[in-house]
Amino acid sequence: MRISSFKVVTIVALGAAMVLAACGGNSSSGNTTNGKIGGTVHFLGTWSGSEQDSFMAVIKPFEDQTGVTVEYEASRDQDAILTTRVTAGNPPEVASAPSPALLTKFANQGKVIALNNVLDMGKLNSEYAKSWIDLGSINGKLYEVYAWGSLKGLVFYNPKVFQQKGYTVPKTWDEMITLQNKIKADGTTPWCIGLESGAASGWPGSDWVKEIVLSQSGPSVYDSWWQGKTKWSSSEIKQAWTTWGQVLGSGDSNVYGGKNFMVSTNFGDAGNGMFDSPPKCFMHNQGSFITDFFVKAKPSLVAGQDFNFFPLPDVNSKYTGAHVVAGDTMSMFKDTPQARALMKYLTTAEAQDIWVKRGGKTAINNKVNVNDYPDALQKNIAQTILSAKIAKYDAGDLMPPDMKNAYWSAILQYVQDQSKLDSILSGLDKVQATAYTT
Amino acid sequence: MDWGTFLSQLPIVVIVIVGVPAVLVAYIVGTEYLVRLLPDAFRPRVRPWIWVGPALIFVFGFLILPAILTAKTSLESGAGDFVGLQNYQRQLGDFPTGGAWIAIRNNVYWLILYTLVALGFGLLLAVLFDRVRYETFVKSLIFMPMAISAVALGVIWKFMYWYQPPGVPQTGTVNAILGIFHQDPRIWVQDPSVDNFAIIAAATWGITGFAMVILSAALKGIPADLLEAARVDGAGEITIFRRVIFPLMMPTVVVVGTTLVIFALKAFDVVYVMTGGNFETDVLANRMYKLLFFSGNQGGAAAVAMILLAAVVPVLIFNLRQFRAVEARR
Repeated sequence: MRISSFKVVTIVALGAAMVLAACGGNSSSGNTTNGKIGGTVHFLGTWSGSEQDSFMAVIKPFEDQTGVTVEYEASRDQDAILTTRVTAGNPPEVASAPSPALLTKFANQGKVIALNNVLDMGKLNSEYAKSWIDLGSINGKLYEVYAWGSLKGLVFYNPKVFQQKGYTVPKTWDEMITLQNKIKADGTTPWCIGLESGAASGWPGSDWVKEIVLSQSGPSVYDSWWQGKTKWSSSEIKQAWTTWGQVLGSGDSNVYGGKNFMVSTNFGDAGNGMFDSPPKCFMHNQGSFITDFFVKAKPSLVAGQDFNFFPLPDVNSKYTGAHVVAGDTMSMFKDTPQARALMKYLTTAEAQDIWVKRGGKTAINNKVNVNDYPDALQKNIAQTILSAKIAKYDAGDLMPPDMKNAYWSAILQYVQDQSKLDSILSGLDKVQATAYTT
Repeated sequence: MDWGTFLSQLPIVVIVIVGVPAVLVAYIVGTEYLVRLLPDAFRPRVRPWIWVGPALIFVFGFLILPAILTAKTSLESGAGDFVGLQNYQRQLGDFPTGGAWIAIRNNVYWLILYTLVALGFGLLLAVLFDRVRYETFVKSLIFMPMAISAVALGVIWKFMYWYQPPGVPQTGTVNAILGIFHQDPRIWVQDPSVDNFAIIAAATWGITGFAMVILSAALKGIPADLLEAARVDGAGEITIFRRVIFPLMMPTVVVVGTTLVIFALKAFDVVYVMTGGNFETDVLANRMYKLLFFSGNQGGAAAVAMILLAAVVPVLIFNLRQFRAVEARR
């Protein structure tokens, strides 16, 4: 019996078809039809739910103008997914917000594309404050560009309750400590703090400590601290922890529910106690994004009337105007015409304005009209961001991952027993000694 | 996914659905043709290898090769230099709280509690429900958590353990029950003195149905005349269980037990969801995940993987032997 040549041909053809199918999965070429780029760009972001809707609204005009389809994929486990995909040589063309430490690693490995030749730097320099461009630069090259930013270290309060109780908004650190003592003297608890956040539990407390380091010891200590050059047990850093300890009170008595509530309550739910009647607490320190959580928990709340904020006062008046900021950054991992167009588009005032009008985000492009913010509170946040004299990125996010995780765990240990501070800090020193070497 | 994308991927879907079986058939027809070219005496010797060949290639390429490469990675630094046992030393140094020791300790907790409780309850429920009329109904009820994904299970139990300060209505079921007995609420999954047990309890709730169903099937396989004979001889129900039922079920108990041991060793999802390994609840699989994806420490993660492998292999061998013994008895 001889195998018929027909069978051979069929088998070879099938095999070839499968190989072709496997390779030809995406055939997005840069065809230009009617001045449109066409094709597809893959975007890996962190937004889901209503945030994703907002981002898609931002993307809509881009898709209409360029004919490019944006394939959006959302994940909160951004670092893990990016590491896997970049290592596998299959990154998305554009991704938002990997942690700065990871981005630096990619930049050193040449796995992320410098944007200096992608964007119109002259235009960017005129529309972006220098501090924001600096934040996205590594070794003098721009690797990530901000579209929207958020401000950390905002103390939210309920203005109606403040008025009723005769409390005034503190302008200095000392005034804030006086206010918290007054609230305690009235038989109530000043603060709501929630530290639970899954594998990342502890980070909301790390925000407190780094705000205090920045405004107590200044930007140079702050930088050498996250760079691993200042020890955790140094007097400056230790002082920041004890200053936070004063806010917490001995045995965490200044915080609603004490340590048990802090470690078991999700950061997103913690502040809601301010809107109960009678209020469970009066102040809540968090990033500007938290207003979204307030309104979701109680849709009747009105920004500016039911909740407002004051910036966490500077511990040392020498460093007034220092703020820890965070933001939505975009980085490019594959150089395609579609990716270039998308990057350019996202830095424009026109694109950023769309989300600004929808609420919840602050644009970094200074051409966005401040009157486009939906309410006074968000306008106020935008002005604070734009006028920040010293903008520093979240120190925890700048540290190597092992250091960051140890920092978060240390927060959980500290609130459970403040007297263990020295051993906690020496433990962090030990991690610091090895975390930066790899 | 919009329809445009779906349609553009459609040819690939068709090729996969039609192509994969076609290639398999082509392989079988083609190799059979080649085998027939051989002299008669060789055919029976060659044919089995051709049939298991693809499976062997897959096992080698996707199991054995990665295992060997993991072993190699565990001896390397992040940059790929050979560092000897340094990664192991970092994971196993600083007994009893440093490195991977907390995770190892917790895996031992899992191993003992998860296995014994699931097995014990599974056996108890199987034997008791065997005697009631509504057996099918309760059994499906107990089995139901098996249908829940481990992630959902973790989320559900996180809500069960929810904490509110004393004096406020408790939103977590467990603390609400404590409240009925005038006890103060407590934090279940953040307090190192109870959190491991709380998490293991949640996981056990999910797996007991599995143990019960298999043990129940073994129970049904015991011939009724054996039990009848024991009763005629005057044995009480407890004696019958101890002397007749249990020995006959023993092989199944061992197989279910070893399977549970393997489940306990690879515990990951429930811990990841409920605490992320914080508050001294880490387990080896979660530690490996964190080392690999958060710390980018491939050597360390590989070392943990090898430790886990070393722990699982003896159980695996025992389990296989047991399977064979059960088969042989049939």
